[in-house]
Amino acid sequence: MTNFSDPTHQRHVFSVLVSDEPGVLARVIGLFSGRGYNIESLAVANVDAEAGLSRITIVSTGTPMILEQIEAQLNRIVPVRKVVDITREGPTIERETALVKVKGDGPQRMEALKVAEAAGAVSRDASPEAFVFEITGTPGGIDGFVGLMRPLGLIEVVRSGVLGLSRGAKSA
Amino acid sequence: MRMTGADIIIKALRDHGVEIVFGYPGGAVLPIYDAIFKQNDIRHILVRQEGGAVHAAEGYARSTGKVGVALVTSGPGATNAVTGLTDALLDSIPLVCLSGQVPTHLIGNDAFQECDTTGITRPCTKHNYLVKNTEDLARVIHEAFHIAANGRPGPVVIDVPKDVQLNEGSYIAPSMVEFPHYQPKTVGEDGLIARAVEIMADAERPIFYTGGGVINSGARASAALRKLLKLTGYPVTSTLMGLGAVPSNDPQYLGMVGMHGSYESNLAMYHCDVMINIGARFDDRVTGKLSEFSPKSKKIHVDIDASSINKTVAVDIPVIGDAGTVLEQMLKAWQAKNHKPDKQALDKWWAQINQWRAKKCFGYRKSDTVIKPQYALERLRELTRDRDVYFTTEVGQHQMWAAQFLDLQEPHHWMTSGGLGTMGYGLPAAIGTQLAHPGSLVVDIAGEASIMMNIQEISTAVQHRLPIKVFILNNQWMGMVRQWQELIHGGRYSHSYTAALPDFVKLAEAFGGVGLRAEKPADLDGVIADMLKTDRPTLVDVCVDEKENCFPMIPGGRAHYEILLGPDQDISSATPDEGLVLV
Repeated sequence: MTNFSDPTHQRHVFSVLVSDEPGVLARVIGLFSGRGYNIESLAVANVDAEAGLSRITIVSTGTPMILEQIEAQLNRIVPVRKVVDITREGPTIERETALVKVKGDGPQRMEALKVAEAAGAVSRDASPEAFVFEITGTPGGIDGFVGLMRPLGLIEVVRSGVLGLSRGAKSA
Repeated sequence: MRMTGADIIIKALRDHGVEIVFGYPGGAVLPIYDAIFKQNDIRHILVRQEGGAVHAAEGYARSTGKVGVALVTSGPGATNAVTGLTDALLDSIPLVCLSGQVPTHLIGNDAFQECDTTGITRPCTKHNYLVKNTEDLARVIHEAFHIAANGRPGPVVIDVPKDVQLNEGSYIAPSMVEFPHYQPKTVGEDGLIARAVEIMADAERPIFYTGGGVINSGARASAALRKLLKLTGYPVTSTLMGLGAVPSNDPQYLGMVGMHGSYESNLAMYHCDVMINIGARFDDRVTGKLSEFSPKSKKIHVDIDASSINKTVAVDIPVIGDAGTVLEQMLKAWQAKNHKPDKQALDKWWAQINQWRAKKCFGYRKSDTVIKPQYALERLRELTRDRDVYFTTEVGQHQMWAAQFLDLQEPHHWMTSGGLGTMGYGLPAAIGTQLAHPGSLVVDIAGEASIMMNIQEISTAVQHRLPIKVFILNNQWMGMVRQWQELIHGGRYSHSYTAALPDFVKLAEAFGGVGLRAEKPADLDGVIADMLKTDRPTLVDVCVDEKENCFPMIPGGRAHYEILLGPDQDISSATPDEGLVLV
């Protein structure tokens, strides 16, 4: 239910540290669907195998009251160890990786390669008919790159979801 | 110590002081039932449907403050438990529900009586477990009891596959298990408490608004609340879940707040300048129209669950902590600063409240020919006044009248389904309550529609010789549905009349209990006396006025000051169009 036309809606990145146990992702996702919160992006992976911890990065939107509720509701989930609304905490760094497959030949193919190089994307697979580019950047930067590739034969995109950390020495 | 999973379960329950388990056997829990058979410490109460087991465990838990325990089999056993688990989640009742599961090698194969119990119960429990290894079982059970009882209480499900019950594992004692990651905060922040108490002392039109959190926190919370009330002289209102924290006849008590609460409590909530919410959650049944909820007040909110703060109503001073602990902190802070209430302002406020009180909002038209439901409850109240009585209720008009007319003196004596509004809750809850308090009088205030939802549990009461009384206010209609159809849907009574009701007297007798009936007002006292005399499960069929509606009423989408007092008011335009969508 993203509603960017509503000026009271803001976009926040939540960093959620969880015990790495069965069903924990389902608990987090179920909370969002059950209470009608939006998930714009989701990224999950184990971050400390020894301690059994995974980190879930969730991008959501809502009014300040809803965003406060999201944080409080996440904290109610028993295997959730720590929740940080990193957008509220201060300046953040947000990165996302995408793999972009572009099909074409002749001048269009050369143009795709040129644009990709200019955008800082790397070709991870090149065949006579297609490229697979890897690009890492801000979510907006990736949107822009995908937009540029569309007329140049874009056939498939996969994105990692946003990863976020707060800037500086502070740990979330 | 090595033992089978089933024995580990019994030993763990015993180590947690569990005396009673409510359950129903089945294929996937046979090893646990075998272990129950071989011991005498834990009493098993066989119910007639798993939903009854969970509600009975809720009644037991709510009336004792202990964790209630239910035991159900896999598949339909677990799915039947879902309503009770959701009920316990919404009303914050501590439960541990053990469910059987198909053996681990069959999980995911659509085996006989298999369902994804942890998946189904994830949103309706505080936490749940699927135990795949007997070695983990003891630790999981200890965690489950800790989680169910600490912080905001709630239900925890432990799903145990049959092979895990049969395999051997080692037992560890509860004291060996630590909970570093689940230690909810119980003590309120001192700075916030000091500010809260200052705002309270400066109040001109204060009101305490107390809820189920005060009950859950234990007798100590009610005691601290009563002291604080005495010290301040402030008025107090309660939610449905908080009834009994303050005696109903305390002069400072304004009656229940909300949709069917008293006129004086709702108007005091609207006009107050300081609201002190202790363990209540600004539920929609309490707030009415949110944009016009208590617009002039500073709000202090004490809750053990941070997610209750600012969920629907923005508050000025949020205090996260246990109701009893925070109330004691408030008492100390008030006394340390030697605060005195503003006597002049408070007198003026009480004068205003007394004017509202003079409306006598619970008044009704008396009758010599037909039993008014309110009259039946008044007689029940008077004739049980000297007894140690626990009330449970079903859901609907009778529930609201019970909240309005009964006399509740102590916490833990009122068991009702508030959040979920589960028809069929009251009878099994009465069974659980009676088992916890064998010498006391336990009365389920019921409607004839609600009681049919779990009527099979009369058989449980008969089997276990539980002298529960079911006081049915029988108006032949789903009264609250009929009332809404009358007020909001143009009197089109769609399917709210039960055309083929059983004869409740014969029904009680068929189950092996006692059946009584009151048809005229003059019958009532004698019938209630007969009910109190018998030591057997009793159904009392009280034939009440079919047309009586429950007032006062704040129609959906209306504000507190728009409260309707009775049938004489124009109720045709009771609900604004935008209120039609509300439940």
